[in-house]
Amino acid sequence: MDIGQLFHNLFFDYTLRTVALGAALLGVVSGALGAFAVLRRQSLLGDAISHAALPGIVIAFLLTRSREPVVFLLGALAAGWAATLSIAAITRTTRIKDDSALGLVLSIFFGFGLMLLTFAQKLSDARQAGLDKFLFGQAATLLQSDVVAMAAVGALALGTTLLFWKEFKLLTFDADYAASLGYPVRTLDVLLTTLLVVAIVIGLQTVGVVLMSAMLVAPAAAARQWTNRLETMVGLSGLFGALAGVSGALISSAMEKTPTGPVIVLCISALVLVSLLFAPARGIVWRWLRNLRNRRRVRTAHLRP
Amino acid sequence: MTTTAVEVRDLTVAYKDKPVLWSVDMQAPSGALMAIVGPNGAGKTTLIKAILGLVRPLAGQALIYGKPYSKQRHLVAYVPQRSSVDWDFPTSVLDVVMMGRYGALGWLKRPGSAERRAALDALDKVGMVDFAERQIGQLSGGQQQRVFLARALVQNAEVYLMDEPFQGVDATTERAIVRLLQELRSQGKTVLVVHHDLQTVPEYFDWVMMLNVRRIACGPVSEVFTEQSLRATYGGKIAFLNGDGVGEIQDGYRTALSQPVL
Amino acid sequence: MSLAHIEIQMIAALVATACALPGVFLVLRRMAMMSDAISHTVLLGIVLAFFLTKSLTSPLLIVGAALTGVLTVSLVELLTRTQLVREDAAIGLVFPALFSIAILLITRFAGNVHLDVDAVLLGELAFAPFNRIQIFGVDAGPAGLYVSGGILVLNVLFIAIFYKELKLATFDPALAAALGFAPGVLHYAFMTLVSVTAVGAFDAVGSVLVVAFMIAPPAAAYLLADRLSHMLIYAAAIGVLSAVSGYWLAYALDASIAGSMATMAGAIFLACYLFAPTRGVMTQRRPVKT
Ligand SMILES: Nc1ncnc2c1ncn2[C@@H]1O[C@H](COP(=O)(O)OP(=O)(O)O)[C@@H](O)[C@H]1O
Ligand SMILES: [Mg+2]
Repeated sequence: MDIGQLFHNLFFDYTLRTVALGAALLGVVSGALGAFAVLRRQSLLGDAISHAALPGIVIAFLLTRSREPVVFLLGALAAGWAATLSIAAITRTTRIKDDSALGLVLSIFFGFGLMLLTFAQKLSDARQAGLDKFLFGQAATLLQSDVVAMAAVGALALGTTLLFWKEFKLLTFDADYAASLGYPVRTLDVLLTTLLVVAIVIGLQTVGVVLMSAMLVAPAAAARQWTNRLETMVGLSGLFGALAGVSGALISSAMEKTPTGPVIVLCISALVLVSLLFAPARGIVWRWLRNLRNRRRVRTAHLRP
Repeated sequence: MTTTAVEVRDLTVAYKDKPVLWSVDMQAPSGALMAIVGPNGAGKTTLIKAILGLVRPLAGQALIYGKPYSKQRHLVAYVPQRSSVDWDFPTSVLDVVMMGRYGALGWLKRPGSAERRAALDALDKVGMVDFAERQIGQLSGGQQQRVFLARALVQNAEVYLMDEPFQGVDATTERAIVRLLQELRSQGKTVLVVHHDLQTVPEYFDWVMMLNVRRIACGPVSEVFTEQSLRATYGGKIAFLNGDGVGEIQDGYRTALSQPVL
Repeated sequence: MSLAHIEIQMIAALVATACALPGVFLVLRRMAMMSDAISHTVLLGIVLAFFLTKSLTSPLLIVGAALTGVLTVSLVELLTRTQLVREDAAIGLVFPALFSIAILLITRFAGNVHLDVDAVLLGELAFAPFNRIQIFGVDAGPAGLYVSGGILVLNVLFIAIFYKELKLATFDPALAAALGFAPGVLHYAFMTLVSVTAVGAFDAVGSVLVVAFMIAPPAAAYLLADRLSHMLIYAAAIGVLSAVSGYWLAYALDASIAGSMATMAGAIFLACYLFAPTRGVMTQRRPVKT
């Protein structure tokens, strides 16, 4: 398929247009909120939350018997909260460090969800329970109505972020200082984590649980290399996320047998690599050249008596 | 005639682009009890790590009795900063002290009753023998420091490198540690101690190395521990010295030094 | 209890122990999330080795998997060392990228082969008794029993032989280096072991449960033990207990075996979290850290 055709399809082919839009939305929201997570050293919290969403979704389904996205969203939200609170409680009250707490909550919640799912469906084989979709996403099944829902929820999340911009900035930079100024740090923390959960839930259907963490970490890690300002970083991160989303959707539609999620992740990973190597000032290549020069200078300085 | 126990020549270390040690020379004669002083970030820890081969220098070298550290491991004992390990680690005081014997044991050999006895001996010297079976997290800061000290003692080395052994230690423990250090010196051992309290330098130590990225001064305390070199080390704005000697540093000095200077 | 019941429980118990032992060091070295990363990326090694050998049973698959495990660790360290991203972010960058490559390779080039991504993630313990080994035409038991027994022996041997060195390098890496114990070499040897364990284990229980078995029992044991040796023993015992009780829970509910075992591991952790002597939340004497 030639490039012109591809771009024609981007606008006029229902499936591709829907998938590309969905991926772009997912990229913007997870990119922007992921920036906060990465700066707060919670890069892997997204991974834990996305796995932990499973029992929430299953329980929500069991309680309501509905397959409405809103129901899943609420279930995932509740489970995401529970996971975050468990991690915080474990690290605060025991000698267990945060990496162990994350891995523990991630795997236990997910295993519990798996058990519930197979129990609920009376299948001991999880694959028949539609779990693949949760694990790897199925971008191709996105409907226009899904995208509209994603857009609405995403706009709400981003709007809230803008509304509390100053507070979130302070929280990210120095939570203790924010507390000393009288900000309700706990509430803000819960709010920001909630937004993170929302971003994750938006992404689950497109890229799935396993790769969701990349959509939070990678755009932010790439954006961080280009700027030292939070404003620019969050914007750039959202932009990178969207860019990767759209290009991933395009590439996977142009080649047969290429699932969308992994392609999006590889696109964003490529962006990270380029940023790490070539971003002005911080780029590895420039630094390497500078180091070479410095070393030479040190050597010559040492040769002189 | 004294030999040189630790010699650092033209040592330059940089993390990323920033030089942390710049062309540093240092000589510690055998049997010296030397303080290494300098403001936070002056590179004191880095100097010790470079001597131990834990960071790779850009230029220069460090020698222990004339040979590189890798050939003289058995002669050197190291007391790291207390905060450098995880005190929640599930292990006992006695076990940590026995780790000091691991170097002599080498690969694969297990510590046995000889190591156990040596460790108990060392614990006795630092007054911690009653705590031998405690988990290390259940000790106070000063007790943890004494455990580290015991671990170094059990190495039975010639050269001791200690990074801030007085940090978070009460006055009684500090004096006990100083007595131990002086005992080591009287046995002809060489002891290098990163130290923060300038007031006690002349009382505790006989040699001093003053460091702030570059070497400011290095020699006997009575000769080089002067107002001028202190100003050069810490920056002129915070040095207040009485006219009659370095021993009489005013209180303002200590508070000023608790702030990061660089 | 039929033979199949016993065989599944034995395999699960062996896997649980084989995971718990290196898991203790992962927890103590603050590298727990590395097990999550490795248990995903080993898939890439398996896929690549499969393309090379065209066989799903070749031992080269394990070699490939171990190599990608080590590759994962080194990439994360390389990224962290640039100081452009922090370690947690580095992990979050490396494993999705490698895992994505693996999935793309499978869906594009190995679609017709039985190399099932879900099976890798979720495990197929229930089918383990059907894959049997024949020696001279005589049934010698399920293959999974040999694989899990093999990785357990490997782990026990490694930890027994290098116990002193591992302990020192975990507690105080700087002293280990200063004493000449090459903590870097030991670290990579250990991470290779973790990778081999992850491959051997996820064949039976799936990668998510590998993470659960590597972290939950050691984390629970961490709340009970004040000695490294005790922590290893408790972790192994808790692993076996989760495996066996999880199996019966799955049996009773007719639910996923891997999921039920993870759930039991979580339940046991919760019990330790609440009631561990001196360190449990309900039994703690000293005030809670804030
Ligand atoms: N691993 C490291 N990477 C980058 N910079 C470091 C590292 N260790 C120390 N530094 C920097 O090197 C300088 C000297 O550190 P250090 O030797 O610890 O000083 P001191 O012990 O005198 O307080 C400090 O500015 C510190 O920030
Ligand atoms: Mg220091």
